[in-house]
Amino acid sequence: MPLLEIDDLTVEFKTASGQFRAVDGVSLTVDRGEILAIVGESGSGKSVAMLAVMGLLPWTATVSAKTLAFDGRDLLTLSPRERRKVIGKDMAMIFQEPMSSLNPCFTVGYQIGESLKVHLGLSKSERRKRSIELLEAVGIPDPERRLSAFPHQLSGGMSQRVMIAIALACRPKLIIADEPTTALDVTIQAQILELLVSLQRETDTGLVLITHDMGVVAETAERVSVHYAGQKIEEQPVGPLFADPHHPYTAALLAALPERAKGKHLPSIPGVVPGQFDRPPACLFEPRCRFATDRCRTKVPPRQGAIAGFALCHYPLTHGRPIGHPNPEGREVAA
Amino acid sequence: MLGFVVRRVLLVIPTFIAIAFLTFIAIRLVPGDPIEVRTGERGISPERLAQFRHELGLDQPVWKQFLDYLWQLAHGNFGTSISTHAPVLTEFLTLFPATLELAISAMLFATILGIPAGVIAATRRGTFIDYTLMGAALTGFSMPIFWWGLLLVLFFSVNLGWTPVSGRIDLLYYFEPVTGFMLIDSWLSGEEGAFRSAVMHLILPAIVLGTIPLATIARMTRSAMLEILGEDYVRTARAKGLSPFRVVGFHALRNALIPVVTVIGLQVGALMAGAVLTEYIFSWPGIGTWLIESINRRDYPVLQGGILLVSGIVILINILVDLLYGVLNPRIRHAR
Ligand SMILES: Nc1ncnc2c1ncn2[C@@H]1O[C@H](COP(=O)(O)OP(=O)(O)OP(=O)(O)O)[C@@H](O)[C@H]1O
Ligand code: SF4
Ligand SMILES: [Mg+2]
Repeated sequence: MPLLEIDDLTVEFKTASGQFRAVDGVSLTVDRGEILAIVGESGSGKSVAMLAVMGLLPWTATVSAKTLAFDGRDLLTLSPRERRKVIGKDMAMIFQEPMSSLNPCFTVGYQIGESLKVHLGLSKSERRKRSIELLEAVGIPDPERRLSAFPHQLSGGMSQRVMIAIALACRPKLIIADEPTTALDVTIQAQILELLVSLQRETDTGLVLITHDMGVVAETAERVSVHYAGQKIEEQPVGPLFADPHHPYTAALLAALPERAKGKHLPSIPGVVPGQFDRPPACLFEPRCRFATDRCRTKVPPRQGAIAGFALCHYPLTHGRPIGHPNPEGREVAA
Repeated sequence: MLGFVVRRVLLVIPTFIAIAFLTFIAIRLVPGDPIEVRTGERGISPERLAQFRHELGLDQPVWKQFLDYLWQLAHGNFGTSISTHAPVLTEFLTLFPATLELAISAMLFATILGIPAGVIAATRRGTFIDYTLMGAALTGFSMPIFWWGLLLVLFFSVNLGWTPVSGRIDLLYYFEPVTGFMLIDSWLSGEEGAFRSAVMHLILPAIVLGTIPLATIARMTRSAMLEILGEDYVRTARAKGLSPFRVVGFHALRNALIPVVTVIGLQVGALMAGAVLTEYIFSWPGIGTWLIESINRRDYPVLQGGILLVSGIVILINILVDLLYGVLNPRIRHAR
């Protein structure tokens, strides 16, 4: 049984102008000790999907799924109280903005110790000991002194290390890292990522890494899930994905990389992700797809099998050629 | 930190001179002087009048009177009351505990109810509870003290007879003041029923005086909480699996208190103004009643000295609030 199993997860927000579907039928699994990367342009619902797993969405959100199970427990039927015993303990999340993710009014030591107290019931001295251990593990020099530091006295990189320490505090089975390095300096990014991955290896936790950075994906992930407008449009192990993308969106992403896999951010493809009001009726990528046909405009694309990377497409690519397409050369999208 | 306090205290001096000047002029613009007011209809012979005026220094040019007054103040002398001949400072210190007791009770009432009300409204944003609480706060905020006070007296004291109409304690009880705070003194006196009587006397005035601060604190807490509940660190707290009570009442509220404390500090000035009216309604023997009487008697030294002393207290409390702000906000604490 996978550590995290998501089947057909949908999240809708109540907005002033009606329901907005931010996550649309996403299915994912993560195993113990595995790194799954989730990539996709801004607004593709990556964060919302993972916040739904954590149960951290605001009340305006409606979450539905066929399965939402973690470590053998059904998260859908878990009471809020029971769920709070899971998150922050067995399942932890790290956010994009380390500087604003720590409470400015409490010391580093307090914020690490809080999880230890609430979940593990450690005594004050045990908490202190474990906190020092954790700060050491995340590479913070002079940990004893740092315990009494306030967040504003830390740099962005240091804050993210503290966030990682908090996430690791109760030895979780799964860590969800939502763009953990985006807000940091380039030099620090690599360090934080390395730290995260090495700690993940040591402790055999599952890691979901949400990122914009194809370079990060190539270097760290084992499997990659590509998201577009709330849908998962392709999923493959990292090697095959880079070698032979099956969905036109993935292919376009990779083709637009300046030097394959080395670009720092998601390359731009002409056009934008559809929002609440301009959702295409069938394939959501259709307005931007160079292979789009009438069928793509009228018929919702099927989910392909594992061989075609679970691509959500009428004409999945094989080595760049759309299978079953009336005109395999495609058209050029007007920029 | 010490430098900060010293700077703040030095800045107070020009403020004091300005206040002294304004009260000095204002009271002299009111028709009639202390002697005329005292002799009233009976009148007084011009010679006697001139003699009295001379004794009080009122025959001097106003600018000279003012400079003399400043000189006196510089020596820590707040003058003597024209009507009682007691030193102004002594009278002030005797009466101030009554006002302080009333003000503290009012602020406690306002804070203890206002902060939870604001927190509840913020967490129930847009619901019936939120609208009810904030509607009540708006009403409380716009309530004229005098009218509100009389309304409560009519209802609770006159109609229901639950609370006394005026004073600090029943005339039955007598004991020497120890602290000047009636609640404490009545407790210490050991007289049966004295403490209860003191509490009953305090309730209505404290509610009347505390209503506007209550409304302000509730509204400020709500808006601060609404802002803070959207902060990343609140999400972090929830991601730790903490209970909603801990997330809202501890992680969020701790941050919301920073602006709320500032607002409480800013209320102190308004509170003193409100205290004057409240004391008047309830014949509460404090600074407010004392000041109003001093106006009626044109007791220049009492009014001038009294207002200066009250201002001094307000400024002092504001400095204390600033220091508290530093304690609450680690970022400020380290910057100083
Ligand atoms: N609380 C909310 N209410 C309404 N809409 C929301 C809310 N939170 C997110 N959304 C919408 O859901 C969509 C997906 O958002 P999400 O944050 O998951 O994107 P993302 O893939 O994480 O993007 P990014 O890379 O910018 O983080 C966006 O269009 C966003 O505007
Ligand atoms: S279904 Fe059609 S439009 Fe959509 S990605 Fe595939 S080819 Fe493009
Ligand atoms: Mg995101």
